[in-house]
Amino acid sequence: MIMAQQHEPMYIQYFNDECRPLSFYLEKMNGYAASKKAFGMSQDDIINEVKKSNLRGRGGAGFPTGMKWGFIPKQSAKPKYLVCNADESEPGTFKDRDLMRYTPHLLIEGMLIAAFAVGAHHGYIYIRGEYTREAKLLQIAIDEAYAKGYLGKNVQGSGFDFDLTVHRGAGAYICGEETGLLNSLEGKRGEPRVKPPFPAQAGAFGGPTVVNNVETLTAVPYIINKGGEWFSALGKVEKSGGTRIICVSGHVNKPGLYEINAGSMTVRQIIDLAGGVLGGKKLKAVIPGGSSAPVLTADEIDVIYDIEPLMKVGTMMGSAAMMVVSEDYCMVKLIQRITKFYAHESCGQCTPCREGCKWMEDVLERILHGKGREQDLNLLLDITDNIAGKTLCALGDAAAGPVASFVKKFKPEFEAYIRGEKHG
Amino acid sequence: MAKILSQKFYDEMNKLVPRYPTRVALLLPALHQAQEEAGWLPSEVMEEIGEYIGIHPAQVREVASFYTMYNLNPVGKYHIKVCTNVACCLRGADEIVEHIEKKFGIACGGTTPDKKFTLMEEECLGACGTAPAMMLNDDYYENLDIKTIDQLLDGLK
Repeated sequence: MIMAQQHEPMYIQYFNDECRPLSFYLEKMNGYAASKKAFGMSQDDIINEVKKSNLRGRGGAGFPTGMKWGFIPKQSAKPKYLVCNADESEPGTFKDRDLMRYTPHLLIEGMLIAAFAVGAHHGYIYIRGEYTREAKLLQIAIDEAYAKGYLGKNVQGSGFDFDLTVHRGAGAYICGEETGLLNSLEGKRGEPRVKPPFPAQAGAFGGPTVVNNVETLTAVPYIINKGGEWFSALGKVEKSGGTRIICVSGHVNKPGLYEINAGSMTVRQIIDLAGGVLGGKKLKAVIPGGSSAPVLTADEIDVIYDIEPLMKVGTMMGSAAMMVVSEDYCMVKLIQRITKFYAHESCGQCTPCREGCKWMEDVLERILHGKGREQDLNLLLDITDNIAGKTLCALGDAAAGPVASFVKKFKPEFEAYIRGEKHG
Repeated sequence: MAKILSQKFYDEMNKLVPRYPTRVALLLPALHQAQEEAGWLPSEVMEEIGEYIGIHPAQVREVASFYTMYNLNPVGKYHIKVCTNVACCLRGADEIVEHIEKKFGIACGGTTPDKKFTLMEEECLGACGTAPAMMLNDDYYENLDIKTIDQLLDGLK
């Protein structure tokens, strides 16, 4: 966990065990000062400050957070809810785990402010089931906060009541999709819902609901303490404020979390920051934003690593999970593994995704095992075309985009298998 | 019907009741708590959960079967789940799975005859910066290699 010089880190210096307790948060991180300040502001002023900050969702979609909060109706017959998406299931992503285990109070305070801003009195942290230890650590922090009056009735004498509950998932990628998550929270199968209604109208238990990622919420205390303009200025590209925690994994010498000012570095520079390609080998490919992101070749990495610039080159920043692949790794094997994942995780509701992912897996499997047919690459592209944009949620697109990009950009590797020159 | 789940299960669940506006929302926590006690989720346990929450046992099973963490079949005392997703694969997870398969003479998904070890492949565990990673029951083990795996597994009673 290294911070590049000249940047202003918000998180990474706190990623160790000493920073976890409430006492540290209060003494060293100006803890619960932002919520106290927020209680003296109007709800609109808080939302406007977040809008000004250019904070965009850190879970993958990059939706402007202030705007999302603004969708919540002021008056509602049903209780409103705030839900933290801590499912962190996009392959390659591991930042929220550190935020939760090292800076849990930053998340709790962020949720407190968000809940006050939208008028929610109960929040849930939906944490992936495998993070057993992190769930326990969060619960300890929540208990500390209750004991000192930072949660519960009349928080900090403000008259505002807020309860917070940790809810564990149970191993389903699809529960990172916000409506799948809400169904799971309600005790159902985690199948995504038809939208509209959007969660802002009818979310958890039928009430207006904000769903925000962990890192998104941990930015909120900073924004209230230091102002939306300060946060916005940390970002070095338009419409993207703050810093970004980038999860670098795969074939680099120093995998781990790196915090940079949003849009301040290219993909190439981030690989260098992570110690360069493992063993001094040549770079072959980069998956820039979790396994759902279309792949970049070694020639395409001089792009600025942020939401809009990556979108312009046909891929996405997603949850800032950058996976690096060196020269001697087989791309056919890699995409087969990725596709197997989506076929396994498809919830099965939508035919194009359920059938298409399985078909893609099977076709890739046979190519890998020397049984590929000449027309298989066109068949694969045809299937991706029949999945993308034709499903309720983004899982279908997440499965199709990578396959199409691998086939188009690394075609000779597939052809070598089909010609029988290679097999797995 | 005789109760299988302990008083502790009911105490834990009753504590959670005020945290949710509906009773069905208790289902995932109940399945976790029950599995912690029983190691897996036999039909009788799911029936008991259904009775406690006030839903049909089929609804319990419908939900439980959606999530991979709920064991609908018995597993060994030590449940090994090796991540073989992208980041771990790039860092040699396949060799680790192969090594454990050989070590115990079981295929992925299998349990040793003495019911001590169950081996499974797992999707991304969110430990990609410290890949390859695996879970042993509830705990994470990261930066694995064959040597550390052997040390860990050979030390288990």
